[in-house]
Amino acid sequence: MSETWLIKGARPAGGSPADILIRDGIIEAIGAAGSTRGASVIDAQGLIALPGLVDLHAHLREPGREDAETVETGTAAAALGGFTAVHAMANTDPVADTAGVVEQIWRLGQQAGHCDVHPVGAVTLGLNGRHLAELGAMADSPARVRVFSDDGRCVSDAVLMRRALEYVKAFDGVIAQHAQEPRLTEGAQLNEGEVSGRLGLTGWPAVAEEAIIARDCLLAAHVGSALHVCHVSSAGSVEIIRWAKGKGWRVTAEVTPHHLLLTDALAAGYDPVYKVNPPLRTAADIAALREGLADGTIDCVATDHAPHPAEDKETEWDTAAFGMTGLETALRVVQQAMVDTGLLDWAAVADRMSARPAAIGRLPGRRGTLEAGVPASVTLYDPAARSLVDPALHASRSRNSPFAGLELPGRVVATFLRGRPTVLDGKLA
Amino acid sequence: MNRHLISAADLTRDDALLILDTADELARVSDRPIKKLPTLRGRTVVNLFFEDSTRTRISFEAAAKRLSADVINFSAKGSSVAKGESLKDTALTLEAMGADAVVIRHSASGAPQRLAGWVRGTVVNAGDGAHEHPTQALLDAFTIRRKFGRSSGPAPEGRLPGSRPSGGTALDGLRVTIVGDVLHSRVARSNAWLLTTLGAEVTLVAPPTLLPVAVGTWPCSVSYDLDAALPKSDVVMMLRVQQERMTDAYFPSVREYSRRYGLDAARMAQLPEQAIVMHPGPMNRGVEIAAEVADSARSTIVEQVTNGVSVRMAVLYLLLGGAEAQS
Repeated sequence: MSETWLIKGARPAGGSPADILIRDGIIEAIGAAGSTRGASVIDAQGLIALPGLVDLHAHLREPGREDAETVETGTAAAALGGFTAVHAMANTDPVADTAGVVEQIWRLGQQAGHCDVHPVGAVTLGLNGRHLAELGAMADSPARVRVFSDDGRCVSDAVLMRRALEYVKAFDGVIAQHAQEPRLTEGAQLNEGEVSGRLGLTGWPAVAEEAIIARDCLLAAHVGSALHVCHVSSAGSVEIIRWAKGKGWRVTAEVTPHHLLLTDALAAGYDPVYKVNPPLRTAADIAALREGLADGTIDCVATDHAPHPAEDKETEWDTAAFGMTGLETALRVVQQAMVDTGLLDWAAVADRMSARPAAIGRLPGRRGTLEAGVPASVTLYDPAARSLVDPALHASRSRNSPFAGLELPGRVVATFLRGRPTVLDGKLA
Repeated sequence: MNRHLISAADLTRDDALLILDTADELARVSDRPIKKLPTLRGRTVVNLFFEDSTRTRISFEAAAKRLSADVINFSAKGSSVAKGESLKDTALTLEAMGADAVVIRHSASGAPQRLAGWVRGTVVNAGDGAHEHPTQALLDAFTIRRKFGRSSGPAPEGRLPGSRPSGGTALDGLRVTIVGDVLHSRVARSNAWLLTTLGAEVTLVAPPTLLPVAVGTWPCSVSYDLDAALPKSDVVMMLRVQQERMTDAYFPSVREYSRRYGLDAARMAQLPEQAIVMHPGPMNRGVEIAAEVADSARSTIVEQVTNGVSVRMAVLYLLLGGAEAQS
């Protein structure tokens, strides 16, 4: 495959307009293009060029819940959202807790071809929280697993968490913790606060997240291991992570687009499209999360894309599934919450949505930068566009977007994966 | 007024007074030998009860029947719901059968609001999880009005000056103390919103474990000390204590709860002379309320049940456009 593309006049990471020449899967030149003979030309005036986005946290649901999402539909959604790599969480059925399952997911990703799929391995067998899964076998498999998580559940046993943190040091792995103290959150439905009290929904207190994060930071420091904190949702969590990073400990963290934009007040109508774990919190939490992402306390944005079929959401709040889709709206929400508010420039967006998640995921050959000589994974984005979010138009098999009906800025125009377009003119290529 | 009655918080002061005044009128009908009105003839009211609550269901059933509505009782037990049918499919079934109103009791907070999105008819919340029980609050307000002589129409004994002869007045200035498991109580929520809307000063008394963490945002005072609150109470409303709260460590033992937050004769003696004692039922005698208190002259517990029918008649009458049907 020898494709040559000339992207004319895009602004790399929001900088001055430049031409980007892509040949044989590599960015050959930025600015002073050499021979452009035979190149397909894209007029990218006014568009931002970003290094292909990397998602550390998505639920692709295959194997087991192909009615909600498949690797094919989930990665199509990812590409349309500007992503060139996604991490597929382990809570599938069967659980991704063996080399066999992670290899299957990895191969499904290769077959789909919309973006790279990096399976996340389960920390414990069957997510049971009691016995370590064969982490080494998953690391050594062709899927090259480096991120391990029981996401959806917390590794709440302190000894098991310590062992997992220690064990993955042997292959430069990282434990991504879903921080939720289980006893404090039995039956929890919604952020514990004014809204949960009024609605009579069982509260999910921020302290249940913060207590686990504090414990895990101390454990990671004690054994000198790498901890990644999934979907940080509260102001208190940001404080604790800032403190741990100040100590020089190997702690990283992510925040979801929905936690950057939406509050628990949306639950007032009991529509479970707003039911998510950890829950939507308050405006004060949003402010702290945005500040944490801006100052680098929170390393990256990760979608926690969690598709569910309609019947799992068209129920009473208590019985509905937790989770929201997010791959196709993530960059637009980040523009709304972070760029249009002046908190991040586009270079910082490139850092938080590509370079840093690639580094945390230990992805080989991905630097998350746009420069001559690197693999040409590029996202072209129009920040001047605006449109209503319509989940019916999404490539995801599920429709549970909390942004439905909201007008958001931006449009992903094109996505290139190692020189090959996966999205052109906002449609799958 | 809204088409549905989901939350007491949705009621304006005028809405609430209209319901209470209407209930006053309908209560007079209940004193007649023939208790039936033709108002809702040909209309269908479905009692959709996902939780066992014989008292509330019978009260709604009596109310609908006295207005001549056709009543269908749908109990979730032994029905298609027990076989896994979703609330939405149940709603669509009722819709297809032409229900004009659905009275729903459900263990999940918000179920009535979800239902209202799926049916064309009127939805009346008969208690949803720990959220609300608006007709209970209305019947409590109705009972308080009667007891303090603020109802409309013929004056009951002990009528206070300042009450209107035609329409009744609100509860301005009355001090209501609600005692018990506020955290899990739909009765407490509905009463807190409604009685405040009607001008009462509401104080919540409970052990700190049984109050929502953000109770400070509610339009109520909060106290942990029942003995301090009682002398300043015109109304004391005792909430039922569920047995499982003890096993979940909300308090150490039933006996300790009863000693600190139960209403016994000695505590009742601290109440002002005119004060009344209320309980939504069913009671745990000897736990939150002593038998001698429940059976005392101050107790309105039996009247509350009677008043429940009149208030529910008023709600169905007003929501189903009974006034228009009659004219």
